[in-house]
Amino acid sequence: MSEVQKQADRKNARNAWALSAPALLVLTVAAVGPLLIILIYSFLLPGKYGNVEWGFSFDAWRGILVSKDIFDGTYKLADAHLTIFWRSVKLSLLTTVFTFVVGFPTAWFIATRPPRWRAALLFLITIPFWTNLLIRTFAINQIIRNEGLFNTAMIQLGLIDQPIVIIYTDFAVFLGMTYVYLPLMVLPLFAAIDRFDMRLLEAGYDLYASRMQVLRRIIVPIVKPGIIAGSILVFIPSLGAYVTPRILGGGRNMMIGNFIELQFGAGRNWPLGAALSMTLLIIVMVALLVYVRFANRDGGHG
Amino acid sequence: MAERGFSVSRLPGFSTVAVMVFVALYLPIAMLVVFSFNSGTSVAIWEGVSLRWYVSAWANEQVKEATFRSLIIASAASIVATTVATMAALGTTRRKAFKGQTLIYVMINQPLMVPEIVTAVALLIFFATIKVATGYQGLGYLIAAHSAFCIPFAYLPIRARLEGMDYTLETAAADLYATPWQTFRRVTLPLLMPGVIAGMMLSFVTSLDDVVITLFVKSAGQDTLPTYMLAQIRRSVTSEVNAISTVLLGLTVVMLTVFFLLTRKKD
Repeated sequence: MSEVQKQADRKNARNAWALSAPALLVLTVAAVGPLLIILIYSFLLPGKYGNVEWGFSFDAWRGILVSKDIFDGTYKLADAHLTIFWRSVKLSLLTTVFTFVVGFPTAWFIATRPPRWRAALLFLITIPFWTNLLIRTFAINQIIRNEGLFNTAMIQLGLIDQPIVIIYTDFAVFLGMTYVYLPLMVLPLFAAIDRFDMRLLEAGYDLYASRMQVLRRIIVPIVKPGIIAGSILVFIPSLGAYVTPRILGGGRNMMIGNFIELQFGAGRNWPLGAALSMTLLIIVMVALLVYVRFANRDGGHG
Repeated sequence: MAERGFSVSRLPGFSTVAVMVFVALYLPIAMLVVFSFNSGTSVAIWEGVSLRWYVSAWANEQVKEATFRSLIIASAASIVATTVATMAALGTTRRKAFKGQTLIYVMINQPLMVPEIVTAVALLIFFATIKVATGYQGLGYLIAAHSAFCIPFAYLPIRARLEGMDYTLETAAADLYATPWQTFRRVTLPLLMPGVIAGMMLSFVTSLDDVVITLFVKSAGQDTLPTYMLAQIRRSVTSEVNAISTVLLGLTVVMLTVFFLLTRKKD
């Protein structure tokens, strides 16, 4: 490489960084930087009235899995924490699977319409995606509440005499998350199906494949990048969900997000809250890395 | 024309599921809107058309304050986010690969990847320290936090617009002895404008919708519309929340429609 070329490259990089600097500054102050602070806080001791006391300790990290008995000082598994973790993972997985089960036919349906219809239907999926999550969760709340639309209608039709209790159960949280995160599954699935060459189906049928075989052996393998993208996009926000479990799960059916908040409020254990936040962040990062590896491998024929 | 015979792209049951999904997606929102016009207090029994919940929301001092605050934060944050994102997009698009490119991308997209609750908690700790140290309790913290998480929403449409732009016009301007600044001001920026406006709208909507980060960052008495609504939903719910939701929904739909018209490919 010539000296002139090298100089040009250096100038190029300098300009790029200079122009990006203001954005990076805002992000460092109000997004990336503070993450380092929680990392530090997760190794400190809890203060009596919230905040922390300065002193290095692994207590918070250990506290995620085990709790110390206040009477005899022995350690045992923290059942309550594990229950919350298990509920979060279970509900997030269920949400991911169910959004896929109903999202795939929807994406397929949109992708196989004539172009003008397609744009309109896509717009219909996009509107809820941009609509306030709180409003959408609240809409579900109004339907499934004891005195809500569903129970009132069922009672008036004479099908039940007592309202069916749906709200403040795990099922309500699952229902709400499926509702609010469905567009995140449909959109990447649509993008993948839209590029799918329908002639491959003709070839399949010509070779006497059944519908099920065509679906399993041709469609699913080719749109796999879309399936993975959609699953990641649904799984990650589900796992960190805060608003939906708070409004539909009530106080007892907490997920990790609500449990983290609790440590900074009534729980008064900031280091534990910080350690839980880091754990959530690590799980999300692992999921993203898995996604990047899959995406790179399958990207060639997407 | 009706579909006849065998269509290769048809899969049994798929259309039925899709139609049901669309109904399920819109029914709850539709009911929420319908019952915002209910004259009774129930969200399940219809008692007649009335605007009473809109009137009572309009008369509610807390709602007014929260709305005003939300609009200030969303305006300030979307202006900051769009300005810095435009610069960053100009810095990182249409350029030879350079050292640290991936780092810049990762940082800009960070708000999309890190769970909101984690950022919220991090900001709570960080800003609490600053609040104690400086004594400043104002809206600045909320504006800073909102600006940061709006950056990717502003950056992506601007970058997309830049990538699709015709480079030759700028070369032509330079050939005609325009200075780099003149070229930017008279050629690049006007061409980029639809992307900039689209980015600003997405950031505005994103800021207006935020609950979690606002909840943790706000000082006492700094409720925005969503955090006010969250508190109301928790207590006894009145249909006032339905009325506020309906107005917010309307605003979102208008903004999205403008966004789509701006970014639509003309072909």
